[in-house]
Amino acid sequence: MLDTLYELFELGKILFFILLITVPLLVSVAYLTYAERKVIGYIQVRMGPNRVGPKGLLQPIADAVKLMFKEIIIPTSSDRFLFIIAPVLAIAPALAAWAVVPFSDGVVLADINVGLIYILAMTSIGVYGIILAGWASNSKYAFLGAMRSAAQVVAYEIAMGFTLVGVLMSAGSLNLSEIVLAQQGSLLHWYWLPLFPLFIVYFISAVAETNRAPFDVAEGESEIVAGFHVEYSGMLFAVFFLAEYANMILVSALAALMFLGGWLSPFQGTFLEPLFAFIPGMVWFVLKTGFFLFLFLWFRATFPRYRYDQIMRLGWKVFIPVTLVWIILVGIAVMADIPPWFA
Amino acid sequence: MTKIIFYLFALILVFAASRVITVRNPVHAALFLVLAFFSSAAVWLLLHAEFLAIALVLVYVGAVMVLFLFVVMMLDINIARTREGFTRYLPVGSFVGVLILVEMVLVVGAWKTDESATLSTVTAPNTESLGNLLYTVYLYPFEIAAAILLVAMVAAIALTMRTKRQTKAQRPEQQVRVRREDRVRLVNMPAEPRD
Amino acid sequence: MDTTFTFAMADLGVLAPEILLLTMASLILVIDVYLPERMREFTFQLSQSTLIGAALLVFATYPTQSEVVMSGMYVNDAMGAVLKLFISLIVFMSFIYARSYLRARDLYKGEFFVLGLFATLGMFVMVSAHNLLMVYLGLELLSLSLYAMVAMHRDSANATEAAMKYFVLGALASGMLLYGMSILYGLTNSLDLSEILTAMQADSEQKMVMVFALVFIVIGLAFKLGAVPFHMWIPDVYQGAPTPVTLFISSAPKLAAFAIVMRLLVDGMAPLQDSWSGMLIILSVLSMIIGNVVAIAQTNLKRMLAYSTISHVGFLLLGVLTGTQSGYAASMFYTIVYTLMSMGGFAVILLLSRAGFEAEELDDLKGLYDRNSWYAAIMAILMLSMAGVPPMLGFWAKWAVLNQIVSAGLLWLAIVAVVFSVVGAFYYLRVLKLMYFDKPEDNTPIEAPLDMRLALSANGLAILALGLLPTPLMTLCFSVMGLS
Repeated sequence: MLDTLYELFELGKILFFILLITVPLLVSVAYLTYAERKVIGYIQVRMGPNRVGPKGLLQPIADAVKLMFKEIIIPTSSDRFLFIIAPVLAIAPALAAWAVVPFSDGVVLADINVGLIYILAMTSIGVYGIILAGWASNSKYAFLGAMRSAAQVVAYEIAMGFTLVGVLMSAGSLNLSEIVLAQQGSLLHWYWLPLFPLFIVYFISAVAETNRAPFDVAEGESEIVAGFHVEYSGMLFAVFFLAEYANMILVSALAALMFLGGWLSPFQGTFLEPLFAFIPGMVWFVLKTGFFLFLFLWFRATFPRYRYDQIMRLGWKVFIPVTLVWIILVGIAVMADIPPWFA
Repeated sequence: MTKIIFYLFALILVFAASRVITVRNPVHAALFLVLAFFSSAAVWLLLHAEFLAIALVLVYVGAVMVLFLFVVMMLDINIARTREGFTRYLPVGSFVGVLILVEMVLVVGAWKTDESATLSTVTAPNTESLGNLLYTVYLYPFEIAAAILLVAMVAAIALTMRTKRQTKAQRPEQQVRVRREDRVRLVNMPAEPRD
Repeated sequence: MDTTFTFAMADLGVLAPEILLLTMASLILVIDVYLPERMREFTFQLSQSTLIGAALLVFATYPTQSEVVMSGMYVNDAMGAVLKLFISLIVFMSFIYARSYLRARDLYKGEFFVLGLFATLGMFVMVSAHNLLMVYLGLELLSLSLYAMVAMHRDSANATEAAMKYFVLGALASGMLLYGMSILYGLTNSLDLSEILTAMQADSEQKMVMVFALVFIVIGLAFKLGAVPFHMWIPDVYQGAPTPVTLFISSAPKLAAFAIVMRLLVDGMAPLQDSWSGMLIILSVLSMIIGNVVAIAQTNLKRMLAYSTISHVGFLLLGVLTGTQSGYAASMFYTIVYTLMSMGGFAVILLLSRAGFEAEELDDLKGLYDRNSWYAAIMAILMLSMAGVPPMLGFWAKWAVLNQIVSAGLLWLAIVAVVFSVVGAFYYLRVLKLMYFDKPEDNTPIEAPLDMRLALSANGLAILALGLLPTPLMTLCFSVMGLS
C-alpha cells in the first residue's frame, strides 16, 4: 500500500516537472513567433506587429485565440483518423525530447545514459506527423510536400547523426550533462572549436531537419501552395505551427549543449569569471539557445529557398563526406590525447 | 508498477503486430508496424536495454519505416485484387497451417523449460558493453555484416542507375565555368538593302 | 558481466585471405568508379590478382591442424583451406570465361567483378564458419551478390524474372535456415558450433525438439543446394541469368554449400546423424530421379545443365549421408569434380555465343565437330565426364561416393544411383550425337580471346588428365578429412 502511494507520489512529481518544462516551452514558442515577425520586420525595415498590446506584445495570444475559434475542416475523402492524429504526432516528439535536456548542472528530468541518441530518435520521429498529414489529406500538394519532407529529413538525419557521433567521441559519453561537463575550461574548450566543421554541418542540418527556410521545400508556398498542411485549418494547423517552432527551439538548445558548453559561463577560466558568477547557468543556456534561434530567423529573412536537387546534393554529397572525414580526424585526436580538448 | 507497464506495452505490441497483418490498407499496416516497434522498444527499456531500445526507435522507426511508408504511399495498391483468391486458397492454407501447428505443439510439448534462467541484471552502461562486445568477440561478424550492407548498396545502385544522363539536373560546376563565348555568338551580317 | 574482452591481434593473420578480399573488393569498387570505359580491363586484372593473392594467402596460412580463432567464429582447417583454394581457382576461371560474353553485351562493368569478389568473400566466410552467425552472414553475403549478378542484365525480362524468383526463394530458404538456427540457439543457448555439439551430446532428452530444428536447417540447406523437392528455382534461374552468371552460380557456390552442410550437420549436429541421414537419403534419391528424368525432356542447354546439376547434388549428398569421414571425403571429391565439369559445360555455351546470339539451345550444338573439332572434343570430354564414363574424372567421383555408400551398407541406394546415372547418360550422349553426327545449321566461325581458349582447353584436358590419374586429388580429399 505504502509502496503504491510512494510510486504514485513519484509519478505526480514527474508529471509536475513535465509541466514545469512544457508550459514555459509553449510560452516561448508563442513569443518566438512574435520575435520572428519583429526580427524579420526590422530586417526588412518594417515595424512588425505593433497593434495588440504594448509594442504588439499580446499579438501571439490574439493569434492563438483566433485559431482556436476557427473551424477545423476535414477534407471529404481524407483518412479521418490519421488526419487528426498527424499534428499530434508532429508535436509529441518535439516535446518528449526535452525530457533529457539539462538546463543547468543536475537540472534535468531524466538523466539517462543514452540522451544523445534519444534526442536523435525523437527528432527523427517528428517526420511522421508531416508524412501522415500529407498522405491523409488526400491532396496532391500536401502529398508532394510530405514526400519532399520525408526524403529531406532522412538525408539530413544521417549527416546530423554523424555530427553527434563526433560529439560523443570527444566527450566519451552519450549523456548530455556529461557532454556539457566535458567542455569545461573556457570558451575555447567548448566543442565549437575542435569540431568546427561538425558544428556548421550540425546547424545547417538542423535547419533542414526542421524544414525551415532556406530548406522549407516541404511547405514551398510558391510551388506547392503550403505543402503538407494545405488542408489544415484552425487548431490542427496551430499544432503543426507549434511543433515547428518547438523543434526549432529544441535543435537550438542542442546546439548550445553540444557545441557551446550548455550552461557553462563563457567567462570561465578568465579573470571575469568571479564577476559573472552570480548569473545562474540556466541564463547562459537560454542566451545561447536564443542566439541560435536568432540565426534561424536571420536565415529566413536573408536566404532564398534552395532548389530541391541542390538540397539533396548538399546533404548526400557534401555533408556526409565532410562529417565522415572529420569523425576520423576526431578519432585520431582522441587516441592521441590532443590537449586541451581530448586530454 | 513495472508489471502493469510491461503488460500494457506487451498488449499494445501484440495488438499492433496482429493488426499489421490483418489491416487492409498498407499504409495503416506500416503504421501499426511502427507502433509495434515502439512498444517493443518500451519493453526493452523495462529490461534496462536502453541502447537497444533507442536504437530500435532511431533506426527502424526513424529511418527504415519512413522510407517504407514513402514507397507504400507511392504504390497504388488495389486492395480488392490482393484479396482475390483468398477464399480459394483458404482451405488448403488453413489445413497446412493447422497441421504445422499440431506438429509444433506435439514437438514443443516435450520441451523442458530451463527454470534456472533468470533475468540477467546488467551493471555496466550497456552502450559501453555492447561496443566492447562488437569490436572484440563479434568483430568478425560485425565486419561481414558491414560487407553485406555494402553489397546491398552496390547492387541497388548497379541495378537502378542509368549511366546515360536522363535527368535534366543542372550542373553547377558547368554553370559557373561558362564564358560569354559559350552563349553569345556574334554574327556579321550584311545590311539588307531597303527597297 | 565481464566487460573486458581480449582480442588477439595474431588471429588476424589467419584471416588474411578474407581481409585481402574485403579490402581489395572495396578498393576495386572505388577505383572502378574513376576508370574511364576503355580502362575497364584494369578492373579485371585487379580482380584476378586479388583472387591469386587470396589463394596464395590461403596457402600461406594452411593449417597443420584445425584451429579456431576470432573468439570461436572462424575455423581454419585443412578442408576449409582446400575448398578455398578451389573456390579461388574456379572464380578466377569464371571471370576469364565471362569477359568476352559480357563485353559483347554491354555488361562489362566493374560491378560484375566487385560483386563476384564479394560473393567469393561470402563463400570463404561460409567455408570457415564455426558459428551459426557466420554461416548465416556468409550465406547472405554470397546470395545477395548472386541476386544482383543475376539481375545485372537489367533490360532482359528473363534475367529480371530469374533474379526475382531467386531472390524470393532464396529469402524463403534463409528464413527456414534462420528459424532452425534460432530453435537450436534456444535449445543449446549457444551459436558456437562446438558448444552446440557438446550441448547435444550432453542432453539427449531434448532430441525430439532438436530434430525439429534440424528439419528446418536441412530444408534451408536443401534450398540452397537445389535438392529436390526444393529445386524449383534452379532451372529458371540458370536459364534466365546471363550465362557467365549461370556459370558462376553453378560452380563455386556449390563448394561453399558443401562446406556449410559439413559445418552444420557434421561439426554442429553430429549426434543427430541418424536423423539427418534419413532426410538426406530422401533428398538425394528424389534429386537423382527428378534431375535425370526431367533433363531428358529439355531442349534448352542451360536448362538441361540445370537439371543435371540437381542430379549431381543428389549424388554429392550420397557421401555426406554415410556419416563417415571417408564418406565426407568422397562427397568433397565429388563436389570439386562437379564444379570443374559444370564450369566447363557453361564455358562452352559462352564460347559459342556471340554478340546478339545466345547459344543456349541444344540445336545450337549441332555439327560442332564440323565447325571446330577441338572444342567438340572438349565438350565431349565434359559430357562423358558428367555422365560418369570411365576414364573421365566424373567416373571416379561417382565411383568414390558409390563405394562409400556400399560400404555403409546402403546397397539399394547405390543401385538407384547407378540406374539413374545410366538414365542420365542418355541426355549427355545426345549432346555428343548432336555435335558429331548432325550437320551444322550455322557456320559462323567460333571466335574467342586467347585466354578463354586456353582456359577452356585446360579445363577440358584437366578433366581427362585427372581422370587418368585420379589419385592425387582423391588422396587430397581423403587426407583433409584426416584419412590417409
